[in-house]
Amino acid sequence: MSPATGGRSEDDPAGVRGKASIVGVADAVSPTGKLDLHGRELEVSVVREALGDAGLTLADVDGVCCATGMMASVELAEYLGIRPRWTDSTMTGGSSFEIHVEHAACAIAAGQADTVLIVYAATPRSRGQDMAQMASAMSGGGQMPMVEWDIPYGFGIPAASYSLAATRHMAEFGTTPEQLAAISVSTRAWASKNPQARFQDPISVDDVLASPYVAEPLHKLECCLVTDGAGAVIVSRTDRARHLAKPPVAVLGVGTAHTHGMSISQMPDLCTTAAAVSGPRAFAMAGLAPEDVDVLETYDSFTITVLLALEDLGFCKKGDGGAFVAEGALGPGGSLPTNTNGGGLSYTHPGMYGIFPLVEATRQLRGEVGNGRQVGGANVAVAHGCGGVLSATSTVVLGREEVL
Amino acid sequence: MARFEPKASPLTEPFWDATRDKKLLVQWCPDCDAGVYWPRVHCPRCLGGDLGWKEASGRGSVYSFSVMHVAGNPMMADRVPYVIGLVDLDEGVRIATNIVGCEPAAVRVAMAVAVTWETMSDGRNLPLFEPA
Ligand SMILES: [Zn+2]
Repeated sequence: MSPATGGRSEDDPAGVRGKASIVGVADAVSPTGKLDLHGRELEVSVVREALGDAGLTLADVDGVCCATGMMASVELAEYLGIRPRWTDSTMTGGSSFEIHVEHAACAIAAGQADTVLIVYAATPRSRGQDMAQMASAMSGGGQMPMVEWDIPYGFGIPAASYSLAATRHMAEFGTTPEQLAAISVSTRAWASKNPQARFQDPISVDDVLASPYVAEPLHKLECCLVTDGAGAVIVSRTDRARHLAKPPVAVLGVGTAHTHGMSISQMPDLCTTAAAVSGPRAFAMAGLAPEDVDVLETYDSFTITVLLALEDLGFCKKGDGGAFVAEGALGPGGSLPTNTNGGGLSYTHPGMYGIFPLVEATRQLRGEVGNGRQVGGANVAVAHGCGGVLSATSTVVLGREEVL
Repeated sequence: MARFEPKASPLTEPFWDATRDKKLLVQWCPDCDAGVYWPRVHCPRCLGGDLGWKEASGRGSVYSFSVMHVAGNPMMADRVPYVIGLVDLDEGVRIATNIVGCEPAAVRVAMAVAVTWETMSDGRNLPLFEPA
């Protein structure tokens, strides 16, 4: 079924498949939504935990990825006190970390790095960073086109742009508010099994539809949280990973694409995201198909973000997403367990959620998730990020060693 | 509260100046005979730099819309609920705007709309759209 590890093929000309594995993960969240640590102190805490999880030390790290701040990875490495030979400060919003994994896997396959550290921390709930950033963008005087062409009309919060996609999907395909709400319900059902989740009380479709509109047709319970959170992921050579603390989770396929930036008027088709490109490429490299996926961890800034990803990644046909999610396919016991940590809708969303799908997918494939959240016999998982306003996607197909 | 009033750049000044006379301009590439939105220094189709301006009919249809119950930015706080939309102009470009002149619940995808104007503090006008 699958091409051999590192074998070159038309879909993987450089032989990246399986050469790198996720060997260490950590995240920091709290049911209160607030963390005591901030900034570098928070980053260092998840770095320490992820290295411990892998059984590695800082001295083993020769590559670093970071998306937050000027010269992000360079400043982080200086603070950590390491001198990497490979670096990546790619910043595409919420999909940055899936791209970091893609780049790290390619670098490792090319022999440019052996062990890469990916780090993210943000504490908007405690520190209110997001509003400050928005205000500074608006007062910045026309640097970004959206300031001149979108903000005067009352665009700005992400829900504005995403709600336009939801309206269009409803008009084109007959998707209903109840179907979108089912995504929030399934996600909360997972969160109810996660003691670290921000919201754990089960909810119904009626609860979602009774919550106030933010940007109609999207209700409050269809919008991601604003919480403090942090995560770290360590990617290393698969051939060395077998001797580490935990079973390696191989990077089988990767793909990235984007269709526009922060201006939703520039998105060619509001019902089709860049996942229609990044997903098939990642699956092709992996030699796998959507039906091989046991667990999906996908960016859920809003319910519509999930619906579009399901269609674009090929879990159902374009336009069929509503029917696909309506009967609980994404929830516990469903045909496609999705966002098993509780997602950005109920677990945590510090602004760029994309590190958390990688962490949860890794834990699921290791079989180490407790409390009734573990998906039995999970061999293949997908971590999918979506950054900007449905702008930049990155898809990572992960698998246990048996799948290699 | 006043809306956020965008500054014009040298590139976009013709657009904003024309709004003083309630004229809606679309940047136009003569080589492609096609519009460009928003304005750029180049045509995204052919990379040509010889862009001009064409007066639009002001007519189009709603590609999508949303009723904002929470303000998208602080300067819109006293206007909720208001309707944001993407309008496909008859000239073939899609622009972000507000749909006004009807109840928010009456707005539909594919509804025909025409331009209307809201005067800003410096005499420029912001193009909005209402049912045609
Ligand atoms: Zn042209």
